[in-house]
Amino acid sequence: MFEFPESLQFGISEPIDRAVKWMLVNWDGFFDGISNFVLMVFDAVQGALGILPWWLILIGIFFAGYKLYNLRTGITLTLMLFAIGLFGLWDLMIYTLVIVIISVLVSVVLGIPMGILMAKFEIIKKISLPLLDAMQTMPSFVYLLPAVMFFGFGKVPAVIATTTYAIPPLIRLTYLGISSVDTEIIEAGKSFGSTAKQMLLKIELPQALSTIMTGVNQTTMMAMAMVVISSMIGAEGIGGQVLIAIRRLEVGSGFQAGLAIVFLAIVLDRVLQGVANKLKETE
Amino acid sequence: MANKIEIKDLTLVFGKKKEIALEMLDQGKTIQEIREETGIAIGVNNINLDIEEGELFVIVGLSGSGKSSLIRCLNMLNKPTKGKVLIDGENICEYDKKQLIEIRRKKISMVFQHFGLLNHRSVLKNVEYGLEVQGIKEAERKEKALKSIELVGLSGWENYFPRQLSGGMKQRVGLARALTNDAEILLMDEPFSALDPLIRKDMQADLLGMTDYIDKTIIFITHDMNEAFRLGDRAALMKDGKIVQVGKPAEFFENPANEYVERFIEDVDKSRILRVKTVMRKNMYLAKVSDNRETVIKNIESNDRGYCYVNDENNKLLGFVELEKLKDSEDDNISKLVDKNYEEINRNAFLSEIWTKLDESAYDVAVTDKSNRIRGIISYADAVAALS
Repeated sequence: MFEFPESLQFGISEPIDRAVKWMLVNWDGFFDGISNFVLMVFDAVQGALGILPWWLILIGIFFAGYKLYNLRTGITLTLMLFAIGLFGLWDLMIYTLVIVIISVLVSVVLGIPMGILMAKFEIIKKISLPLLDAMQTMPSFVYLLPAVMFFGFGKVPAVIATTTYAIPPLIRLTYLGISSVDTEIIEAGKSFGSTAKQMLLKIELPQALSTIMTGVNQTTMMAMAMVVISSMIGAEGIGGQVLIAIRRLEVGSGFQAGLAIVFLAIVLDRVLQGVANKLKETE
Repeated sequence: MANKIEIKDLTLVFGKKKEIALEMLDQGKTIQEIREETGIAIGVNNINLDIEEGELFVIVGLSGSGKSSLIRCLNMLNKPTKGKVLIDGENICEYDKKQLIEIRRKKISMVFQHFGLLNHRSVLKNVEYGLEVQGIKEAERKEKALKSIELVGLSGWENYFPRQLSGGMKQRVGLARALTNDAEILLMDEPFSALDPLIRKDMQADLLGMTDYIDKTIIFITHDMNEAFRLGDRAALMKDGKIVQVGKPAEFFENPANEYVERFIEDVDKSRILRVKTVMRKNMYLAKVSDNRETVIKNIESNDRGYCYVNDENNKLLGFVELEKLKDSEDDNISKLVDKNYEEINRNAFLSEIWTKLDESAYDVAVTDKSNRIRGIISYADAVAALS
């Protein structure tokens, strides 16, 4: 009477399992290709960051904070990054940073064109908006599963999961930025005989730039959050430290790693926000 | 003068259900009725209009009268639902994308109410925009852009950004941008409505001054009757997507088409808004300094006059000759007989400013522009007739 009738139960988990298995068998090469590509990019970015000595990175952050805000912010940001080094987490931080950077790069390459298409074609907008809503309400854990299924454990699924989780805000804000360009500016562009390509490159994208930059900032923050969680599927980095601390019930080292994550997030947020604000000022 | 633009049976319906709206219009329903019954908005309702080459034509009407919708049909920012827009005899409604881009680049440019400036570009880069999209080389477009920046009086501001300029200066940038690609037709959509009254007056004067140097057909939109009559060679009053009356400013006062027009012009002080150019007579006999004396005499007599104005070789006004003097002389060359002490009035002067000059002059006074070309003549009687 009060129980949900068993005869009405119909799970979708089994068909999904079957579909995944089928894809794994039949699209083997496709996943291997992606896997190899991600590894290659990972090594390249890690190599690039590895060339930079730690003090150069600190100086860079100081100047970014100083130029974008003021002397105090410059010093604060530098001290935060310096503290991560003091905690002995510098190398792990670079590792985390590499995953975040790759995720953001992929998000930019895929997300901005996607946002533009949404702004240009009604039909794509209608399909994408609910999809983006779903992606943004889905618990972050769920993204780990398909990543693991298709790419096993390690940094590749971590990059994939992080990117998938982080890309929606950039798509959404690109769409918003492009579609909310002042109508008179659009008309002005058209009235001087701009082609569609010129409209996009010379008018719409520059006008939407600060909104898109806000999207990049949000995507970076989402990636930061996800990269910690993806330590559960074998990504190393600072998140891995937290995971180890949880398993061993080491409150101190867990707190230390957590603080390092917060510091890194603040530094990234401030710098990107600063760039977005600078762009907004020019409007 | 030839017609630069001809608008024929032009109707513009917004939204998707265009057929229904057209059908209802055919049944003689007004656009309010259609909007109430179906929710379809109609911008322009069956308009016919000819605009002459070189004319400053003003379209005036309250907001929602369809004037902005109409002007956007002239460069296809709005695609007309029915009818034709002929520019130099070609129906631009049938143009494909390529032709449309071409005509927008070369023939028509536009100035917007809220300026429509690209705020990520400097003044210079804004003004260059029309040439930049045509792929013209940087040096050439900079040269042309600087010329039009100078024409609108913004020299020295090239490297500023729009956000650093006042409203009036922003619109000067908008105007300079529209002048740079040397289009024959200039569309101005309420260009001065967002400006302070004083600055607006300056801009109006400057625009009129500029028309002495540039030969463009200008279509100017405004909701202000005073502005319309101050600026326009001719004006059209719009209401509910239709044209109520077209004509020279003076004609609106002489024969208002209906009560609506009467109410519209009620508060307008005629002598302060009627300009000489809208009252002057354009058809007159003009002699050239190289003309033979006999021919000049014959022409003056056939026009039943006692004198005529004389142009020099470059079509600039030289002076006038009297019939008496011509008859007394025996020299075939008339250049020695030309009296250079003539009275002249700028064609953009208001009637209120010229009474004394007209009163003192025994002849019709020459109406000239800034480059000293004679555009017409005006007498005391003409001015009185216009104001009565």
